[in-house]
Amino acid sequence: MTVPVTAASVALDGGVLAAEDVTHGPEAAFVPSRGFWGHVGHRLVRDPVAMGAGAVILAVVLIAILSPWITPMDPYKGSMLRRLKHVGDATYWLGSDELGRDMISRLMLGSRLSLFIGVTPVLIAFVIGSAIGILAGYVGGWTNTILMRTIDVFFAFPSVLLAIALSGALGAGIFNSIVSLTCVFVPQIARVAESVTTGIRKRDYIDAAKLSGASALTIMRVQVLGNVVGPIFVYATSLISVSMILASGLSFLGLGVRPPEPEWGLMLNTLRTAIYVNPVVAALPGVCIFVVSIAFNLFSDGLRSAMEIRQ
Amino acid sequence: MSGSEPAVALENLRVAFGKVQVVDGVDLSLERGQALALIGESGSGKSVTLRAILRLFPEGRSRIEGGIRAAGKDVRALTRRQLADFRGGDVSMIFQEPLLAFDPVYTVGRQITEAILRHETISKDAARKRALALFERVRIPSPERRLDNYPHEMSGGMRQRAMIALALACRPQVLLADEPTTALDATVQIQVLLLLRELQRDLGLSIVIVTHDLGAAVEVADRIAVMYAGKIVETGTAHQVVLNPHHPYTIGLLRSRAEGALAKGSRLQTIPGSPPDLANRPPGCPFAPRCFLAEERCRREMPPVAEIAAGHRVACWRTDEASAAYRAGPTPVRAAEPVPA
Amino acid sequence: MSVIPDAPDPFARDRGGPAQPLLSVSGLVKHFPVRKAGGKKQVVRAVDGVDFDVLKGETLGIVGESGCGKSTTAKLLMGLIERDSGTMLYDGQPVGERAMPWRSYRRQAQMVFQDSYASLNPRMTVEQSIAFGPKVNGVPAREAVERARGLLARVGLEPKRFAGRYPHEISGGQRQRVNIARSLALEPRLVLLDEAVSALDKSVEAQVLNLLLDLKAEFGLTYIFISHDLNVVRFISDRVMVMYLGRVSEIGPSDTVLDAPAHPYTEALLASMPSLDPDNRTQAALLAGDPPNPIDPPSGCRFHPRCALAEDVCGRTEPPLDTVRPLHRVACLARQPGSGHSAAPASALAA
Repeated sequence: MTVPVTAASVALDGGVLAAEDVTHGPEAAFVPSRGFWGHVGHRLVRDPVAMGAGAVILAVVLIAILSPWITPMDPYKGSMLRRLKHVGDATYWLGSDELGRDMISRLMLGSRLSLFIGVTPVLIAFVIGSAIGILAGYVGGWTNTILMRTIDVFFAFPSVLLAIALSGALGAGIFNSIVSLTCVFVPQIARVAESVTTGIRKRDYIDAAKLSGASALTIMRVQVLGNVVGPIFVYATSLISVSMILASGLSFLGLGVRPPEPEWGLMLNTLRTAIYVNPVVAALPGVCIFVVSIAFNLFSDGLRSAMEIRQ
Repeated sequence: MSGSEPAVALENLRVAFGKVQVVDGVDLSLERGQALALIGESGSGKSVTLRAILRLFPEGRSRIEGGIRAAGKDVRALTRRQLADFRGGDVSMIFQEPLLAFDPVYTVGRQITEAILRHETISKDAARKRALALFERVRIPSPERRLDNYPHEMSGGMRQRAMIALALACRPQVLLADEPTTALDATVQIQVLLLLRELQRDLGLSIVIVTHDLGAAVEVADRIAVMYAGKIVETGTAHQVVLNPHHPYTIGLLRSRAEGALAKGSRLQTIPGSPPDLANRPPGCPFAPRCFLAEERCRREMPPVAEIAAGHRVACWRTDEASAAYRAGPTPVRAAEPVPA
Repeated sequence: MSVIPDAPDPFARDRGGPAQPLLSVSGLVKHFPVRKAGGKKQVVRAVDGVDFDVLKGETLGIVGESGCGKSTTAKLLMGLIERDSGTMLYDGQPVGERAMPWRSYRRQAQMVFQDSYASLNPRMTVEQSIAFGPKVNGVPAREAVERARGLLARVGLEPKRFAGRYPHEISGGQRQRVNIARSLALEPRLVLLDEAVSALDKSVEAQVLNLLLDLKAEFGLTYIFISHDLNVVRFISDRVMVMYLGRVSEIGPSDTVLDAPAHPYTEALLASMPSLDPDNRTQAALLAGDPPNPIDPPSGCRFHPRCALAEDVCGRTEPPLDTVRPLHRVACLARQPGSGHSAAPASALAA
């Protein structure tokens, strides 16, 4: 004979449930479950710094998407007569650059490329790095040693140097700078993914899953993946700021975007000659890079603390 | 009781973190040279009460109300500077996890001598001598050699003794102990409990020990205060509380212990349900929803504190019935809705 | 009929009959290599030759202090770590070999861990965690979920309110109930409870102990109950096994072992339990210092450096686990006739 445990049989043996195990529970204290991401969202919304940073990011993304239609002037059209106007000029609100092009229009359009070459390498590296790191962390043993020691080689170089060297070798251009930046970030993300996965692998619930007879692949997919992707993603968002600065740096050095395309790093480079004539305008692209990368950093900080949910 | 001021006196102490009232009107006084145990389950506010005596909370995030006097000082009136001297000098504390009390990069001996030198102006040699004497006092074997150990080189029980030595370094009058033996093995736990008792006797130390283990409390404490949902529900001598309990919660705690089972394999007497949500407390007695004696009045009004005998105070409307029920033996309990803890 | 495909029901799967131990462990050894400062290689003798039987339908309590090897034993019994040597017979079949591969063994033997939070996946609802086992064993998803809900109700958690909850949304006692429900999801015969109630408050502990008693009776379970709390072990166990530094020092019926211990270590453990009588507090500790490290355990009887009865012979001879009373076996030379210990009884037990 067996003991099928179904809702029906429980209704029958409900009386077996010890009388002292039960009580009048305050129904009011019962809150419906939000789920993990629901909780994270709830806590994120209550974090003013993260929300401010999120607003900045959202604004920049909107501007980047809409810029071809909303720039007040043609960002490519210059005028030899109206070069280096000051901020607050009647026509050029944020002044004009060394070729007399409208700064505000160029900054708006420039956000597209800057965001693109800042975010794309991180996204690609997130996928590749996570795969390497999770594999190394979950399989452990020799696989881990070989993968992680190889990754360590990349850590021997400072990331700026590595990016410049790779870009230099591949040649200038948007595609090549994305490739080289991806190569910079893959080891970093893989390292974090490996340590997160190694930590998760030792948790009791993984042991419990093994005891239930699940295969390694099932455990990886069902039990491990959901728990490691979040922390790795948070780390990746914190890399976006670095990526934007590195990308701007490459453009500044002439290894990234080529003129006349507006990109913040490149604009910083070309305006550098005007720094004594009009320092405020020359600094504007730098201010944009600074503000956006800080916003990404603060947002990722907020996300990290919102995800720290314990009992 | 002597006419001198008590070692610790809490008067209507209330501590809140945000909307959560963790400690809700605690009155407590500890005579000099006495040992008091605060017992209760997780979330009862016992640790928070203990920490309030040293003001160990971030100022902005907590709200403390009521009077706190310890070692003759008004703790809430102390300036930041005075508080630093007060901690360790007048009142010091030991924790469940000694590794957190020590800095891993310095030897234990150096940390104790530095603690002494921070509070007193004596020579380094004299401080080292005092540290050595402390190590002998807490019975660490080969103390001279152990002073030069790093924290991780010691075993759990020895670290606990070293932490007690550190806490006693500046000759405090009051020692606060937060679950000092919870992480220890049984054979080590009893040694530490006996050591605390010995220190109380030999040094005239006043001790407040927080624990969830009634057995540990009985081993060290002269008096026991039982906390539930931020309130003290019963306080008295160890004898009064353990052998003659008058509060249904204390009775429940005593009854639910495995050694109290009537016979092997018989069911244990339990306290049904789980503690209340401190963020929205029900009106009346916080224990009423789980109490086998609860009546309409209990759910409406917080019971006043009744003095059963000299020093034995109980916050319950139905102390006589509770006491009678305890003496009559285990009682069956019936309730309706399943919300187990 | 069982819900799990091709897993016969727990009562029909009995092979050896009631006299055959459900689990029979002999010569179990696990050593962990460690590298001390200076590069010297050493081994932790976590479990160093352990033999015992678990009888059908009984609760075997395992007690001991940190370093005694009880948690390592638990992991070895579940195959979470590999044993260095020794055999395990499950109902007469060698576990980990052809007749009884780990996969089939684990359908019949499950475990409840101490840390109720760490043993539940924080991103899974309670219901998903319980249903996971049946699902990977081929139960259709809907049926597995239904089964999970049934088990939730059985452990006292109303499915409507708890099924969709996440581990951080429920209390420690509720989480441990979920873990118990999960361990039952595969209809095991043997459940290993590793300090399963140790982290709970006393009043909650009592509720969970009652639940364990009920489930045992209802599903015909056999328990291995690991704990450091002698009172709890005395309450729940039929037999108790005391471990010290990777070896069994005493095993027998729990009333006998805990009321009339034959091993000096068991005696010391019992004397260390705080008294609950304010008029009769413990006066002196029987043992000084901490339990030693299982790296480099003492020669002979491992307890002899701390033992009040120790004589020269104890440092030389490793005491075998010998019968002192019916069903009661002790590894102590002072209890063993002809061992050379001066306190040893004159003749063998006449039984």
